Amino acid sequence: MTSKILRALVYVGAILTALVLAGIVGYILINGIPHLKPSLFEWTYTSENVSLMPALVDTILMALLALALSVPTGVGAAIYLVEYARSSSRFVRAVRMTAETLQGIPSIIYGLFGLLFFTTMLGWGLSLMSGACTLAIMVLPVVMRTTEEALLAVPESYKQGGFALGAGHVRTIFRCVLPSALPGIVGGVLLALGRCVGEVAALLFTAGTVAQIPDFGGQGIFAIFDSCRTLAVHMYVLASEGLHMDETYATAVVLLILIVILNMGANFAAKRLKRGM
Amino acid sequence: MDAVTAPEKRIMEPEKEQSMQSARAEAAGAEAKMGVEGLDLYYGEFHALKDVTLDFPKNEVTALIGPSGCGKSTLLKTLNRMNDLVDGCRVDGCVSLDGDDIYGGLPVNDLRRRVGMVFQQPNPFPMSIYDNIAFGPRTHGIKGKEELDVIVEQSLRDAAIWDEVKDRLKKCALGLSGGQQQRLCIARALAVQPEVLLLDESTSALDPISTAKIEGLVTELASKYTVIMVTHNMLQAIRVSTKTAFFLLGEMVEAGDTDALFTHPKDSRTADYVSGRFG
Repeated sequence: MTSKILRALVYVGAILTALVLAGIVGYILINGIPHLKPSLFEWTYTSENVSLMPALVDTILMALLALALSVPTGVGAAIYLVEYARSSSRFVRAVRMTAETLQGIPSIIYGLFGLLFFTTMLGWGLSLMSGACTLAIMVLPVVMRTTEEALLAVPESYKQGGFALGAGHVRTIFRCVLPSALPGIVGGVLLALGRCVGEVAALLFTAGTVAQIPDFGGQGIFAIFDSCRTLAVHMYVLASEGLHMDETYATAVVLLILIVILNMGANFAAKRLKRGM
Repeated sequence: MDAVTAPEKRIMEPEKEQSMQSARAEAAGAEAKMGVEGLDLYYGEFHALKDVTLDFPKNEVTALIGPSGCGKSTLLKTLNRMNDLVDGCRVDGCVSLDGDDIYGGLPVNDLRRRVGMVFQQPNPFPMSIYDNIAFGPRTHGIKGKEELDVIVEQSLRDAAIWDEVKDRLKKCALGLSGGQQQRLCIARALAVQPEVLLLDESTSALDPISTAKIEGLVTELASKYTVIMVTHNMLQAIRVSTKTAFFLLGEMVEAGDTDALFTHPKDSRTADYVSGRFG
């Protein structure tokens, strides 16, 4: 009897989860798809066409830059904590606790910190760079903790096998341990990517809302100090203006598709990487 | 017992061969490949090995037996310094390979190339069969594809698994059966041309048929390599080894010719153990 009730509860939970997801996605698609017009994809944004193209490019740039900063740091830190540091040391415990605390901080706090530090103190202004650095700090704990868990889940015997063949520490980690931890690490990177693409609050303070693609042609690399607007910020601005609700839904459709594509791309890259190792 | 003298077996370092004769081994009459002398080992406060002195004759199989927790695996892991990975492990005394102290100037990665190890649980890397075998040689600087091909084939042949895997070298090694995986791990250890092979209860996780295959293999390998094996199975020690050492609570109670040790043990504790009165 109890097992029947439990089973029913589990089913209800699963169905509810699926329904909520399907509901949100369906709602966005129904409201958004009819308003996907060519004018939304024009290269430059005007207040008439409310094009999402600059925001789309900015989103990709922002996410890539943030991940480029946070993934090597986070993965490196995790390797250090798991493979090199003594697990009982105070330093390791301090780093873990810091990372866990950082994970729980609301993103607006990161935004404020970014505003004070990158935007004001370092004088980078409201810019792609300030925004990416802020996001990088925000997702660093996510990358680090998931990588750590993935590394800890690798059987000790792989490492012993490497050492027993006379491989050094570095070679053993990169050839025997990291490849099997890769799916877990990619999972962490995807989580981080999701947070970067979906973030608004932290970026309002640090990257601003200028809807244009950084002018790399004119300014070269210094264009990363231009203000920019990601898709999520774009949606926030459109929705808060209240004048373009239909276009907001259309933008949401594009954001959804972008996230699906990025996820698939990351999984594909992980498979290729694993085969190459 | 007659030690096999095989100068051609060590083509890699012929000049070292002559200089590295252990004085102790000469005194004992048999040529020792490895030896420990006055070895004490501690895990933190725990005294895991107590004043162990033992020689491992060249090109023979030496078996280490004893009940769980007697220190036999600890001793084995000392011989290629895998104990270095254990926090709080401290070693006193001398462990020698060809008369050189392995805790002296010998780089640990060189030591582990010369003293290979096969573990209790088969632990192939999650990569192809070919890459598993090539891992060691690649680690030690062999990159040429043709050279690697030769090493891979030879190692797999030596481990008596070539015929079973030759058509699927590119397939993931985790798809093999447990017994095949263990022979693959032996092949992987052989691929770096070791001089000594350590087997840490390497058949205890396997079925009887796989065990028989590996035992046969070990007997053959002894013509080329010095084999030191830890085993829980006394019959296995009798079948495979020529020399046996019995351990109890961190002490080496008795060591000698396998037949003699099992038929006429000198120590009463050995007699009790081999007759199955405890353990």
